[in-house]
Amino acid sequence: MFEKSKIILFVVIVACGVASPYVSGINPYYYDILISIGINIILAAGLNLVNGYTGQFSLGHAGFMAAGAYASAWLSLRFGYEFGTSVWATTTAFVLALLAGGIVAAVAGLLVGVPSLRLKGDYLAIVTLGFNEIIKGVIQNAEPLGAQRGLGGMVQHTTFFWTFAFAALTVYVVLSLVHSTYGRGFMAVRDDEIAAEAMGINTTKYKVLAFVLGAFFAGIAGGLYAHFKQFIHPEGFNFMKSVDVVVMVILGGMGSTLGVCVAAALLTILPEVLRYVARIDALPEWLRSIAENRMILYSLLLIILMLTRPQGLFGSGAWKKKKA
Amino acid sequence: MADQLLELLQQIINGLSQGSIYALIALGYTMVFGVLRFINFAHGDVFMLGAFAGFYLGPKTLKIFGGGPSYAGAIAVLFVAMALCAVIGMVIERLCYKPLRDRPKLTVLITAIGVSLFLSNGGQFVFGAEPKSFPEIITDRLIAIPPAWGRISELTITISQVLVIGVTLVLLFVLTYIVMKTKLGMAMRALSFNPVAAQLMGININVVISFTFGLGSALAGAAGILTSIQQPSIDPLMGVNAGLKAFVAAVLGGIGNIPGAALGGILIGLTEALVVGYVNPTYRDPIVFGVLILVLLVKPTGLLGASEREKV
Repeated sequence: MFEKSKIILFVVIVACGVASPYVSGINPYYYDILISIGINIILAAGLNLVNGYTGQFSLGHAGFMAAGAYASAWLSLRFGYEFGTSVWATTTAFVLALLAGGIVAAVAGLLVGVPSLRLKGDYLAIVTLGFNEIIKGVIQNAEPLGAQRGLGGMVQHTTFFWTFAFAALTVYVVLSLVHSTYGRGFMAVRDDEIAAEAMGINTTKYKVLAFVLGAFFAGIAGGLYAHFKQFIHPEGFNFMKSVDVVVMVILGGMGSTLGVCVAAALLTILPEVLRYVARIDALPEWLRSIAENRMILYSLLLIILMLTRPQGLFGSGAWKKKKA
Repeated sequence: MADQLLELLQQIINGLSQGSIYALIALGYTMVFGVLRFINFAHGDVFMLGAFAGFYLGPKTLKIFGGGPSYAGAIAVLFVAMALCAVIGMVIERLCYKPLRDRPKLTVLITAIGVSLFLSNGGQFVFGAEPKSFPEIITDRLIAIPPAWGRISELTITISQVLVIGVTLVLLFVLTYIVMKTKLGMAMRALSFNPVAAQLMGININVVISFTFGLGSALAGAAGILTSIQQPSIDPLMGVNAGLKAFVAAVLGGIGNIPGAALGGILIGLTEALVVGYVNPTYRDPIVFGVLILVLLVKPTGLLGASEREKV
């Protein structure tokens, strides 16, 4: 009756639920890192659908995350208390706010996806980057969303369970999709758009679908983030945040969901390790200040990876092939 | 003259001088796109390096010309920064882009983003993240307009504004000469027209590509100096935003088209000045990007760009 993958998903979610009370007791610093890993997995797995499987280079993932974060935070602040104060009521309100955030982000994804259909590669990257700036700019000017001051006061609903249940769900949806007819469509668009079109594939549909789904998951991740940190600021969703997610996807290997999840975890831990290294007095000063500036290492990582292993750590050979 | 008209004129002058900077940077994007069909994301950071070249080498160069701020000294600083940026541009191309020339476009794009991040963050590491004040290489002051001209004399026009527009015009003229009249310029045009045929005609594309990067980066370096004369506060992240705006300008004018880049730069500069003057400064960046999206939706080839048919 049930496929194996659904059973695995179910088991993972239940395991998250069982583990959650124990995990929340650990050192808050490690707990913070753990939740960030989960949120980054959702972001990276979603972006991988767009960048990795469909080959549409998006540089605006943080914009969708912002849309989801602000939408869900605003809804929680505005309507959260009207659901009541029982555990069930607050949980329902939280999940509804998360889903609403995802939907708002998905609508934003649709708005970006439709015009960007006419664009490819570099242009698309810039336009998505532009949309990221526009979303940020709109938030910075929206008084109900706290404008430049940021938005705070959300209740901390995000737990280990919710984060990793949604991460598992995201990975499940992405994997199921790419192993279905849809997945063939995505990859056909990536590998050769003209040939795909000639074979009767509706490339428009697949591109928009990838965008909308990627944005939806980014929105969910944003909602989880907002209800974990309890404070969000427009500058937290800038170009650099988008680059963070892109680096995760590229390091993991575009088109390898497992690789991207591993990379998301690695790159969430890396800055913390670097922060630790920067505090070791025995190390020379220059090494410590490089460790403090993780973007230098990220950028070198990107360049070296592209020169030597463009398919990423776990990617298939699809990206190495020379295109005519 | 009515107050509103005077105000508008003032905004247009501000827009023109800012637009000239964008135009100079946009030219580099457009030329590289012309020969290689890819966007050199790191171009904005070369502009930043130009400003820092002026910061570190400016005082030394001025010493040769007598020490104080002078026009001859300023021109020397400009040339030093341009030469340095040209070298940097060619080195970036040789190290990072040349090995990837046959790879998928996306690989090159990601590398370019990597180079851009490396330069801006490496800049923070080497130069320090805090803004620095650019040395005074010319004495900037208001231009006194004769009161006999009526209310036009109330406009605030600085020497630096006039200088920026003037130097940009000269550089544009020189660039047009190089591209249209010299052999290397012809080779550049041939390469952007058809790379394979150009190679068959005996054009050494490595030389031409290097030259294009050098030329574009030199213009970005000049823009770095000119912008620092106007706004003497420089920091390692200044190239990111300016680079993006200049890119928007290049697309607006039609990427790959040299007059288009200049036109696009001016238009973006004017748009910004008008938004800041009449709407709300916080809307400046969203509106510029909105313009980009609108252009790409309505006419993806830009104002002056020729449409390119996709060959299977």
